[in-house]
Amino acid sequence: MSLTASRMLPNNNFVGLRQYATLIDNGRWQVSVVNLALFGVLFLAASLVLGFILAALIDQRVRAESLLRSVFLYPFSMSFIVIGLAWRWLLDPTLGIEKLLHDIGLTGAHFDWLIRPDRVIFTLVLTAVWHASGLVMAIMLAGLRGIDREIWNAARVDGISTWRTLVFIVAPMLRGSFATAFVLLATSVVRLYDLSVATTNGGPGIASELPAKFVMDYLFDRGNIGLAAAAAAAATTMLATVAMVVAPWFYWQTRRSRQAGMA
Amino acid sequence: MNATVQPSGRRPARLTTGRIGLYAFLPISALFFLTPLYVMMVTSLKTMPEIRSGSILSWPSAHNLDAWVRASSQACTGLSCNGIQTGFWNSVRILVPSVAASIAVGAVTGYTLSFWRARGAKTLFAALMIVAFMPYQVFIYPLVRLFAMAGVGNSLLGIVLVHTIFGLPTMTLLFRNHFAALPMELFKAARVDGAGFWRIFLQIMLPMAVPIAVVAMILQVTGIWNDFLLGLVFTGCRNLPMTVQLNNIVASSQGERLYNVDMAATMLTALVPLCIYFISGRWFVRGIAAGAVKG
Repeated sequence: MSLTASRMLPNNNFVGLRQYATLIDNGRWQVSVVNLALFGVLFLAASLVLGFILAALIDQRVRAESLLRSVFLYPFSMSFIVIGLAWRWLLDPTLGIEKLLHDIGLTGAHFDWLIRPDRVIFTLVLTAVWHASGLVMAIMLAGLRGIDREIWNAARVDGISTWRTLVFIVAPMLRGSFATAFVLLATSVVRLYDLSVATTNGGPGIASELPAKFVMDYLFDRGNIGLAAAAAAAATTMLATVAMVVAPWFYWQTRRSRQAGMA
Repeated sequence: MNATVQPSGRRPARLTTGRIGLYAFLPISALFFLTPLYVMMVTSLKTMPEIRSGSILSWPSAHNLDAWVRASSQACTGLSCNGIQTGFWNSVRILVPSVAASIAVGAVTGYTLSFWRARGAKTLFAALMIVAFMPYQVFIYPLVRLFAMAGVGNSLLGIVLVHTIFGLPTMTLLFRNHFAALPMELFKAARVDGAGFWRIFLQIMLPMAVPIAVVAMILQVTGIWNDFLLGLVFTGCRNLPMTVQLNNIVASSQGERLYNVDMAATMLTALVPLCIYFISGRWFVRGIAAGAVKG
């Protein structure tokens, strides 16, 4: 399909790779790919770090642990549409957080990222991190609980401080949890559609377009099936990049299970 | 009884700086996570003048349920003004058959894959895993064409089928892992006793799969309820699920934006998954972990 000149209706005029050339030249596609890269990197890094910190802190035998856990995880149960709308309201420049800052006296404060083309993608990152870091926390916490307490004790006997133990000894032991969380989040990044529809609808202008949304728009609203198919294929290629990251993980998993089998 | 295993009573207080930091950081992050929900809640209870004049965080002066009533029965989605309740019932109509179908199919596939060495089982499993990681956008157009040809496009049946198809990888994985942990001898003994494919499944395996079925159900109910993309594409105008209607309401309100109605509608949509989450608690986490860790 991506090799034909299809527009509103599919046809079979073979045009080779021309749709792909059009796609690469399409400014909107370029914006959406750059956005995806930016969003993906920031979102993955931020949620993994925040999720890990939360899990590590909760693991320190704090009070009200289960309460905190449910608080951190509840956003994950909600629809992207719901959280997108909620954050759009919070970030609304006239009535949202900006107004709050003005009211408490910070009249010079600006928090209008939602309507600034160069900043809007960061609001999507913020929203997505809010949604997903609870999940990372749950996965990491399961990993942390699986680690032998003796390791902590041994490190303490050796005079290693708690946070050094955490970063240099325990975190490497959680490779599996990190990989799981990474794979889950990475696939959700490529699929991301609802969130950008609800929060910004690609705007202002095309500043927060994402490939998944690009495909849908061209497929249904703009009647350009050939280009959409090319975009979908391109998105899959990007996914293949993710898959290349996944492959070592699978390798590592099988190796681990084989080792477990030998032990 | 726990006293023998774990020391009871308070731990000796060691209030180090680290501990203080810990107790400062956790509540702050909890606030970060709770604020949007709180703001949604209070906004939906306010009147419009109050929203415009007051702070976004302030408590509503009077508990005003007008916005909720309007959201559920009067808010406009483009042409009709029946509120979000039609979306709610559409979602329920989509949800029930989809969840039932996907779990049933997933259970049978998982059972077949783990006990019956069918030809091509490994290939099928690998294909399912690949599909699980692909973006939906790749499949949507071929599926739309296929459904239109089969005459089930834009119908309830269509969306149920789609949810079943897209739920298949995860469901199969869940059930396969569950069945794979059961002893093979159980299966062999049943075969020696002369039970067939369906008899083993229905009388032996299914009763043992109740816990995993609960996990699968939680996972599917939340997933399908929260779906937007598939609901938008496959349901046609009459069966739009709640999430799509919600987006339409917010996007199409003409003239003055009624933030309180928007937020009330948002809350209504979020209510079902939130209830499931808070009721199921640990099961929910287990579901995510089971679906994820073994993927």
